[in-house]
Amino acid sequence: MSSNKKYWKSVEELNENSSIVETLRNNEFVEEIPTDEFLGDAATLATSSTTRRDFLKYVGFSTAAATLAACEGPVHKSIPYVVQPEEIIPGVADYYATTVADGFDFANILVKTREGRPIKIENNKIAGANFTANARVHASVLSLYDSTRLKTSKIANDKHELAVATWEKANAKIKASVADAKAKGGKVVLLTNTSASPSTDKLIGQFLASNPNAKHVVYDAVSSSEALDAFQMVYGERALADYDFSKANTIVSIGADFLGDWQGGGFDAGYTQGRIPHNGKMSRHFQFEANMTMSGAAADKRVPMTVTGQKLALVKIYNIITGSSVGVSKTDNDDAVTKAAQQLKAAGSKGVLVCGIEDKNAQLLVLAINRVLGSEAFNATNSRQIRKGNNADVKQLLADMKSGAVHTLIMNGVNPVYSLPNGKEFAEALKKVKLSASFTMKEDETASISTVAVAVPHYLESWNDVSIVKGSYAITQPTIRPLFDTVQFQDALLSWTGSTQSYYDYIRTSWVGTKSWNQLVHDGVAVNESISAGAGAGADFNAAAAALAKATPAASGMELILYTKTGLGDGQQANNPWLQEFPDPITRASWDNYVTVSKADAEKLGLENWNVANGGLNGSYATLTVNGVKLEKVPVIIQPGQAKGTAGIALGYGRMASMKEEMQVGVNAYTLYNNFSNVQSVTIAKEGGEHEFACVQLQKTLMGRGDIIKETSLEIFNTKDSKEWNVIPVVSLDHKEVAATTVDLWESFDRTVGHHFNLSIDLNACTGCGACVIACHAENNVPVVGKAEVRRSRDMHWLRIDRYYSSADTFEGDDKTKENISGLVDSLSTLRGMENPSDNPQVAFQPVMCQHCNHAPCETVCPVAATSHSRQGQNHMAYNRCVGTRYCANNCPYKVRRFNWFLYNKNEEFDFHMNDDLGRMVLNPDVNVRSRGVMEKCSMCIQMTQATILTAKKEGRLVKDGEFQTACSNACSSGAMVFGDVNDKESKVAELAEDKRMYHLLEHVGTKPNVFYHVKVRN
Amino acid sequence: MKKVGNHKSISRIITLSLAFVISVSLSSFAQDTAAAPAATAVAAAPAAGGNPVLGKALFNANCAACHKLDSKMTGPALRGVVERHDKAWLHKWIKDSKALIASGDADAVKVFNENNKIAMTAFPQLSDADIDNILAFTSEPKPAAEKIPQAGAEGASKEGGLSNNLILGLLAGILAVLVAMLFMVNNVLNKIAKSNGVEVAEKPKSLPIWKAFARNQFLVLVSVILLMLASAYFIYGYLMQVGVDQNYAPIQPIHYSHKIHAGDNGIECKYCHSSARVSKNAGIPSLNVCMNCHKNISEFQGDKDSTYVDYTKEYYTAEIQKLYDAVGWDKTAQKYTGKQKPVKWVRIHNLPDFVYFNHSQHVSVAGVECQTCHGPVQTFEVMKQFSPLTMGWCVNCHRQTDVKIEGNDYYKKIHEELSKKYGVDKLTAAQMGGLECGKCHY
Repeated sequence: MSSNKKYWKSVEELNENSSIVETLRNNEFVEEIPTDEFLGDAATLATSSTTRRDFLKYVGFSTAAATLAACEGPVHKSIPYVVQPEEIIPGVADYYATTVADGFDFANILVKTREGRPIKIENNKIAGANFTANARVHASVLSLYDSTRLKTSKIANDKHELAVATWEKANAKIKASVADAKAKGGKVVLLTNTSASPSTDKLIGQFLASNPNAKHVVYDAVSSSEALDAFQMVYGERALADYDFSKANTIVSIGADFLGDWQGGGFDAGYTQGRIPHNGKMSRHFQFEANMTMSGAAADKRVPMTVTGQKLALVKIYNIITGSSVGVSKTDNDDAVTKAAQQLKAAGSKGVLVCGIEDKNAQLLVLAINRVLGSEAFNATNSRQIRKGNNADVKQLLADMKSGAVHTLIMNGVNPVYSLPNGKEFAEALKKVKLSASFTMKEDETASISTVAVAVPHYLESWNDVSIVKGSYAITQPTIRPLFDTVQFQDALLSWTGSTQSYYDYIRTSWVGTKSWNQLVHDGVAVNESISAGAGAGADFNAAAAALAKATPAASGMELILYTKTGLGDGQQANNPWLQEFPDPITRASWDNYVTVSKADAEKLGLENWNVANGGLNGSYATLTVNGVKLEKVPVIIQPGQAKGTAGIALGYGRMASMKEEMQVGVNAYTLYNNFSNVQSVTIAKEGGEHEFACVQLQKTLMGRGDIIKETSLEIFNTKDSKEWNVIPVVSLDHKEVAATTVDLWESFDRTVGHHFNLSIDLNACTGCGACVIACHAENNVPVVGKAEVRRSRDMHWLRIDRYYSSADTFEGDDKTKENISGLVDSLSTLRGMENPSDNPQVAFQPVMCQHCNHAPCETVCPVAATSHSRQGQNHMAYNRCVGTRYCANNCPYKVRRFNWFLYNKNEEFDFHMNDDLGRMVLNPDVNVRSRGVMEKCSMCIQMTQATILTAKKEGRLVKDGEFQTACSNACSSGAMVFGDVNDKESKVAELAEDKRMYHLLEHVGTKPNVFYHVKVRN
Repeated sequence: MKKVGNHKSISRIITLSLAFVISVSLSSFAQDTAAAPAATAVAAAPAAGGNPVLGKALFNANCAACHKLDSKMTGPALRGVVERHDKAWLHKWIKDSKALIASGDADAVKVFNENNKIAMTAFPQLSDADIDNILAFTSEPKPAAEKIPQAGAEGASKEGGLSNNLILGLLAGILAVLVAMLFMVNNVLNKIAKSNGVEVAEKPKSLPIWKAFARNQFLVLVSVILLMLASAYFIYGYLMQVGVDQNYAPIQPIHYSHKIHAGDNGIECKYCHSSARVSKNAGIPSLNVCMNCHKNISEFQGDKDSTYVDYTKEYYTAEIQKLYDAVGWDKTAQKYTGKQKPVKWVRIHNLPDFVYFNHSQHVSVAGVECQTCHGPVQTFEVMKQFSPLTMGWCVNCHRQTDVKIEGNDYYKKIHEELSKKYGVDKLTAAQMGGLECGKCHY
């Protein structure tokens, strides 16, 4: 019986008159193979000197030559030191305590060096070193080996092009110009970033003293000037208040992303201390904000609101806390604001309010509220010295330059042509300056049009002292000899003030403290106890509140909030491939900046996001117009949780000068940064074309899969049994429901002897900051693959931080929706609906790396046994054994295995750090660089655990708790990741493994992972 | 007619006699004894009653670190020092040179200045007699230059070869006698046969052996199979050698003899390769380590029974000069010039990138002798890769070697528990987890 069914391979075949089908039937290729075209060119073929025979000869010879060459092993040369430095033992790492201070990021760090080259940044954990490294600081070691750095000083020639010169010549030129200015009465201006360095400030003071016509202007690319003004008014010092969130029970943040870069960041360690429930208590965090930020994601209660709304909310809170009655108009969110204010008031000294509105009045209210509260978390004594920029001064400088009053302009660590909204104006004005000198690491937008460009060393090659907060003193010390012919700005200052001292001698002689100099350099920090808060002129807070209350929404257009991304910050390190490839914690997009809009606004404006067949995310383009300035072709991302009527865009992108081509991504949002205000009135218009994003996570919501991220409220956590909020999944065994944890597919190995490594991840403490991601990159030689490859989901991050949104207002709501599904039709429609995140979703971060399953599904499918298990709980990956079948990746339920689709080192196609000799210096010599066709994944930093074991063996002792670390747990400043040996019953990780909040990812699969998580509890 | 089998013994005889001839010729050099130069200790007139023999011992113990008899080292050459200085002065100088210089003695200041102002250690413990003995030793005339015999390759087997060759020679002699006897008997028999009219049977004509072979299909099949198996065996063997560089002994920029250093002079391996104790790399010593000794040892002074028979003294001294050139040491001025030329050694032990090997684990923790993997390096004139360094080789050792737990608290508990689990007294490295992939591959 023959079937009458008609099979078809494409819809086209159903069209009977299709010519394509007919062609395909006769010919496999629709388009002719262009042999005729090639052979038809008889003239070229005939005249060609290469005959077919020659061609074959070449092929034959080259094959033979290649074969012969392969017979002989390569000869490796080994060149020992002539005189080996005492502190260097080849193969043993040295650590140096130092301090980052690049004007935007400040941190106390340890630098790991191997054979004299820095390869990794770690946190300095010594007492007094309170500023931990964020993702950018971790990545800064790679910026040291940036091949596009300015390698020597340059002087502009007659054609205004920079030509290589010696420092002596450049210095002579600057000195002559300064002297000329002094003689003629022209202005000399030092334009620098915030150095936070007492010695640098002293030197600048000396310079100003010897040149009365000189002026010092501090310019922060991302300004906190208004907050500084407010603080100065009240406390008489141009600084910022410091906050210790561990001392606060109630935290109210109005537009301040304090887990991000707000006022220099670094608050996460204190914050997370209060976020882990202890004895049934944890802090309560309200967040009122426009953009979805990391702080908003961590908040217990997040209210999206416009900046105008935030200002009004601040006044309302001010009224409630201080009992004032400043008239303020009503808004939609009054209830939430009132509730937060009342709780803040009730918390009293255990409450704290922070605010990110760049407005002096708003910042004055913050100081007033915290003073009235008597907030313990608020610290005006140990004020932050890491922002000093003065907007008024910068504006005045520009005016002076235009009028030709500035004779000599000396810049250090700034790039105003790029980072000023009117950068072009600055560039024009620069021409009127007789001599402009740029002390810079790169021949950037500003340096390239300066008269003199002086190459400065990276902070890892420099001496400096830094006072991050008042009362603490930190040292920056070189960890490598200067790679290039560089001169420190401070050494230049010394030379201009007529001193012959080196800057090292200068800071060494000016150090007065109880610690010896050697001890200071060893520790990296010293704390000075006896300081007190200053007092300022005082301020009329009520007047400030009244002024703030007048805020009204813009008549037309939307509010554009300019922010900095965790990856690039202010854009100094834009040529750092680790940071470019670092996915944004919230949007999970890498290699881009974009405008974030709410769903409602997107629909109004016709902006869209959609996924295409290869798994990539595409989006519309928009044109942003702020104050007549247009920013064209800005890609759009629809951001759940974005306040309606607002849009966000990140600064720091769109840099072009002295950047590798791949790194020239994004648009320069500084052009919209008018008046250094982070809020601008914008009109957004859709533009043609579609943008291809490199987004590493397409599924936005958790879809009610409460077993992946378990979340509960503090109330339930305190009152109910853990079985209710930490549900153990059940499976059917012999037709009975039993807990999945009790069922074993295989017979388990005995793992009670020796070490058994476990990694604990507390979802309550994880802020999604991504320091671990970069630390993992640095430790494990993880390659950078570039935008196109990331878009194809071929990113190589061993550690990813998944970000989930809820579809309902909370994750719990999602779980309920899913439970209530009945029937197929309902399930289809409901589930489809659940794919859309809520307008104000709950957000959870979940770091996921190889789970090192005791019953690993990857191991059983490997045909060559390249992946296998150790007694210590680590799942091993023998790269040299791997043949690249990728079965393991397919069988991994956590999708944590990464395949080397290409050779990522020494490959022109992937022109990142591994493609140049300088960039490869950052590679960790203890970890293999993987080749093409090989699977790789998190090794649980086996090189680190093995090194720890070896140290203990050599010293003939047991390993102490806390000694075992992985790169991620070591980098985690929030304490979310704890690594250790669970067989050591005294260890912290063993205690955490027994915690009621402990659960494994996808427990019902029965993989028995060695990574475990802690249920997220929200207050 | 009697038929006698064809003996065909002629060829055998020739072979045997050849063997005899060779063995005789091999053993013949036994008589060729090299004229070993007699140690010519010329007894000179001992200066003022000192004993030069006692003096030599004292000199080696106290003075040799800084002085040589015939060339300048840290201090000046001492031969004939009594002719240059007054004896009483010398006594004073040796007992406390600093005091002598401080006293403003013109000679003393001059000597001090001539020698880069390096103060000589005071020797108050030396008695006057001791000093006399030393001075007697320094007064001995310079011995005539010894000529190092230039022996060829045979030289090496001189001692061990004698007895063996003798036995072989004897055996060959006996064989030769037997062959001769056989030959004679054969001759005699042939003659008898001839005289008796017995004809020696002619060999019947048969197929050539290769044709017979080709006809036998079974044999052909078997031999083809055997041939294929054999070639597969050899090809496999060849391929398994690819990338295995056992006995790799490249020519190095400086002819450095481990035999002289570690063997003859008994320098501990880890004196130079010090990082083997603490690091994953054993490390090639930096040149300042060489200079710890070679500041003083500027020329080769080995004994004649050392391997230096292959090389001349001058050759070795020239190699030391290469070190000086590299490190920038001016031998005559006894000063660093600052002109350095780092030595580009050819790396011998090349583990692939994907293997992690840590010397300190093996050296410091396991207490493995360097020679276990690197072979009897103290006998190597030219360094070579002794072991194959293949994974199988590593794994075998891990399977056979017991973990060294003595005095190491790290192992105490884990060894106790694991050995109980496996029911053994001593755990091997493999049982301790030393065969897990990730222990060496990451």
